[in-house]
Amino acid sequence: MGKKIAVKVDDLTVAYNYKPVLWDIDLEIPEGVLMAIVGPNGAGKSTLIKSILGILKPIAGSVSIYGKPYEKQRKLVAYVPQKGSVDWDFPTTALDVVMMGTYGSLGWIKRPRQKEKKAALEALEKVGMLSFKNRQINQLSGGQQQRIFLARALVQNASIYFMDEPFQGVDATTEIAIINILKELRKAGKTLIVVHHDLQTVPEYFDWVTFLNVKKIATGPVKDIFNDDNLTKTYGINYKVSVQE
Amino acid sequence: MTKQKNICEKGKYSSLRRNDKMDLKEYIELVFSDYTLRTITLGTAILGAVTGMLGSFAVLRKQSLLGDAISHAALPGIAIAFLITGAKDSNTLLLGALISGLIGTFWIRGIISKTHLKSDTALGLILSLFFGFGMLLLTYIQKQPNANQAGLDKYLFGQAATLVESDVWLMAIVTGICLFVLLLFWKEFKLLLFDEDYTKTLGFNTKFIDILITSFIVLAIVLGLQTVGVVLMSAMLLAPAAAARQWTNSLSVMVALAAIFGAFSGVVGTAISASQNNLSTGPVIVLVASVFVIFSFIFSPSRGLLFKQIRFIKNRRDLQLHKTLAFMHQIAENHEDISHPHAIRILNNFHGYTKGTLQKLVDKNYVILQGNMWSLTQEGFKTASNLYNQTDNE
Repeated sequence: MGKKIAVKVDDLTVAYNYKPVLWDIDLEIPEGVLMAIVGPNGAGKSTLIKSILGILKPIAGSVSIYGKPYEKQRKLVAYVPQKGSVDWDFPTTALDVVMMGTYGSLGWIKRPRQKEKKAALEALEKVGMLSFKNRQINQLSGGQQQRIFLARALVQNASIYFMDEPFQGVDATTEIAIINILKELRKAGKTLIVVHHDLQTVPEYFDWVTFLNVKKIATGPVKDIFNDDNLTKTYGINYKVSVQE
Repeated sequence: MTKQKNICEKGKYSSLRRNDKMDLKEYIELVFSDYTLRTITLGTAILGAVTGMLGSFAVLRKQSLLGDAISHAALPGIAIAFLITGAKDSNTLLLGALISGLIGTFWIRGIISKTHLKSDTALGLILSLFFGFGMLLLTYIQKQPNANQAGLDKYLFGQAATLVESDVWLMAIVTGICLFVLLLFWKEFKLLLFDEDYTKTLGFNTKFIDILITSFIVLAIVLGLQTVGVVLMSAMLLAPAAAARQWTNSLSVMVALAAIFGAFSGVVGTAISASQNNLSTGPVIVLVASVFVIFSFIFSPSRGLLFKQIRFIKNRRDLQLHKTLAFMHQIAENHEDISHPHAIRILNNFHGYTKGTLQKLVDKNYVILQGNMWSLTQEGFKTASNLYNQTDNE
C-alpha cells in the first residue's frame, strides 16, 4: 500500500516458565496509524509491547523500527506503561515525573535544565494538568496519573508511541481528553500502538487493529477486519458487536 | 562474653568513670577533648549518615529486608578471613565480610531471576544459610587452641568501643565516594527507583544502576558491622529512612533527612551508652533511631497517625453539620421565603442533629433559633446549596 513500515516484528516468541505467551508473531505496523491491540486476558498484549521495547527478552524473533534494530532507534519510541505498574506513593511531584521523559535524550549524568523543564510544562499543558504541576503524585486521581504518564511520553517527542491500557480506570472526561490527544498525534504523522480493552470503542477511536491471542489472529484496517468472525476467533466465543458504518 | 565486654568498655571509657553524674555541657566538652569518645562519636555519626542515605533507596525499592540478608551474609566472610590470615586486623576481616556480603547479594538476585521463588523467600534462604554457616565457623574457631581467637563474636552485636581513627577515616572516605556517586547518578537512581521498565526503554542500563546502588548498600553495611553488628545492622538502614519518609514528599529531602536522623542517632546513642557505663553502643543507637521512627509515625503533619486521627474526627464533625444543614436546605427550598421559620421538631425525623450541632450552625451564622423554631439565613442557604457541588471545592 506504499506506506512506510514503522514497526516490523518477525517470528517473535516469548515464554514465561516454558509456557508460550506469544507464539511466532509476525507483524507490520504502517506509519501513521492509530492501532488497537485487542485480545482476552492473558493473550499477551502487554507482553507484545514489552518485548518490542526490550523490557522482556524473547526466546526468538526480531524487531525493527523503520528498518533498523530497536536498540539504534530508541529515541524514536516512547512508552506509556500501565499506571498500576509503579508505586504512586513515591516522593515526587507531577512535574518531576513528566521531566523523566527528557532523561533519555539527556543521557547519562547530564542534569535537566530550563529547556527540559519548559518541554515538561508544555506537555503538562497539553494533557490539561498544568495547574497540578507541583502536586504530589500520591494526591492525584487515577485519571490524572494516566495523564501524567501520557505527558511524560509526549515530552520524548517520539515518532512511535506504545501505550499499555491508557484508558484503564479513568473517567469519561479523561478518556475523551486522552483519545483527542492520540488523534492529534496521528494527525501529526505519529504512529500509535495502544493495548485496548473496550471493544465497543474500537471503531470509534482507532483506524487500525491487531487481534491477538498468543498467536496473531489478524491485523489491518478497522473497517476491513473488525468483524464478528475475527472477534470470535480471538475470544473463542460467539462474539457480536455492532460495527458502526 | 558479657564480662569481657564490660571490662573492655570500662577501660575505654575510663575518663568517664570518675564522675558518674555528668551534665550535657561537660559531656560535649569531653567529646572534643577525649580521643576515644571523639573517635566513636564521629564514627557512629558518619555511619548513621551513610546508612540513612542508602537506606532511603532500599526502602523506596521495597528491598527493606535486603539489608538484613546482606549483614547476615557477611558473617562467614569474617570467619573465613580470620581462618586464612590468623589475624584480627579489622580491615582484613571487613574485606572478607564485603566479599561474602556481595556473594550473598548476587545469589539472592540469581535466585529471584532464575527460579520461581519470590524475593522474600530468596532473602530468607540466603540470610539463614549464610548466618548458619558463619555461626558454625565461629564455634569452630573458638574451639581452636589459638589465643588470638577471642573477640570475633563482637561482630554479632558490634562494639563501638573498638573503633580507632583509621576505621573512622575509612568510613569517611567511603561516605564521600558514596555521596559523590549519588550526586553524579541522581537522575538515573531516581528514575530506576520510580519506574524500572521505563528506565530500560529510555536506553539506560538498569543492571548497572542496580548493581551500583546495591554495591554501596553492601559496603555501608559491612562498614557498620564492627560498630552495630550483624544482627542489628539492617535497622540502621531502615529506621532513619522510614522516619524521613514521614516528613517529606521530595526524594532529595528524604535522603538528606535520613542522613541527618542516622547521624543524630549515632551521636545520641553514643552519648547515652557512654554516660551509662554498661550499655553497649550498637543497640542504643538502634533504639534512638527507633524513637525517631515512632515520633515520626505519630507526629508527622501529613502522614502521622495523630493528625490523621484529628483530621478524621474533624471531617466526621463537619459531615454531621453538613448533613443537618443539607436537610434544612431541603425543607427551606420549598418555601418562597427561605428564612421562613420551621419547628425544630421536624428535624426529629432525621437522626443527624443534636443540640450541639444546632448551636454550631447558629455560631456560624447559618441558622437563627427562636424558641423551638429554626430558620436558615441567606448565608446558610447559600452554603448548603454549594455543599455537594464538587466542581467548586475539591
